Amino acid sequence: MSSVLLPWLFLLVGAVATYIWRGLGVMLSARINGDSPIMRWVAAVAYAMLAGLIIRMILLPAGSLATISPIDRLGAAAVTVVAYFVTRRSIVLGVAAGAATLILLLYLRNGA
Amino acid sequence: MMPANRVTFTTLVTFADPMNKPARYSEDFGSIAAARRQGALAALAMPAVVLGASYLGFGAFVRQSGLTLPQGVVSSATGWALPGQIALIEIYAVGGTLVNAALAVILTNARLLPMVASLMPVLRAGEAGPPRLRHYLIAHLIAITGFAIAMQRAPQMLPEQRLPFYQGFAITLWLTTLTATMFGFFLAGMVPLYVTLGFVFLNPLYFMLVFIADLKHRLRALALILGALLGPALHLIDPEWGLLATGLIGGTAAFLIDNARRRRSHGWRR
Repeated sequence: MSSVLLPWLFLLVGAVATYIWRGLGVMLSARINGDSPIMRWVAAVAYAMLAGLIIRMILLPAGSLATISPIDRLGAAAVTVVAYFVTRRSIVLGVAAGAATLILLLYLRNGA
Repeated sequence: MMPANRVTFTTLVTFADPMNKPARYSEDFGSIAAARRQGALAALAMPAVVLGASYLGFGAFVRQSGLTLPQGVVSSATGWALPGQIALIEIYAVGGTLVNAALAVILTNARLLPMVASLMPVLRAGEAGPPRLRHYLIAHLIAITGFAIAMQRAPQMLPEQRLPFYQGFAITLWLTTLTATMFGFFLAGMVPLYVTLGFVFLNPLYFMLVFIADLKHRLRALALILGALLGPALHLIDPEWGLLATGLIGGTAAFLIDNARRRRSHGWRR
């Protein structure tokens, strides 16, 4: 296969594989009542998948993110949560503290 | 800082919702255009900064994977959902097949179906009839950030202002990430790989905090906690199907526990 075309084929596959779920979601939403038990179940499935994905990205990331040491990843995550509660639930300060920790740890490990 | 607070006041507007019971909405932006504007401002307040940083990392990652600038921007424009985009580029970079890539993206993004299906009725707020083109278009911009924030805030908004608010929010966020992908691509030559990876890693840290705010809601809290526990465990058992199984098992268990609790509290009241 032509190497010029191949990346574009990957992007096409990615776009279709992504939108198909969104389009199906719109169709499904029209068929079930917003307050029904089925909808509550669908929302619960969504939240469980999101939490699973986020924790997996932190604990067991795929590919290149895995090159960040687990100690750095967990350290940054722990500082993020602690800073969030210490600053009375400020998402801005929580993420900023987590980012600063991560950059510092990465610098100490890789830089200097 | 929530810019919307400036125009938010508690109105005692009573609307008939689809269930025919009066409801009270505490957020009224004044007009459709104002709702769209406040949506854009809500995106710029914090989500655009964090997601922008994450897409800086993505743009750099695109370059390091041997793809071009247009390809990176097209990925962010058409396949807008970062975990799936990263999976796709990674499989391309290691020489995987198109079938590998399709399966990985389909399984990573399966979460978008229940997300869109549960957010869309909130945004449409009882609007009758089959979905229109505008609903199919805005669905393309439903991803974790917008979903979490709209599920928290939109139910308090006047029904007709919810979709405009979300349009303002999501389009602003989307344009920010396209710009960030571009800047990230140029950044790749200038900073070491570990720095750009650090940017990408801000993403899960931010999402984690956004969802901690949802822990007050019993069904969501149960689903989030079960998902967080099952996610890594099931991923170790089967990396491909683990996430889908996490959603189905964790979500169903959360739903059943919540139902049981509801029935019990209902019984007490009677």
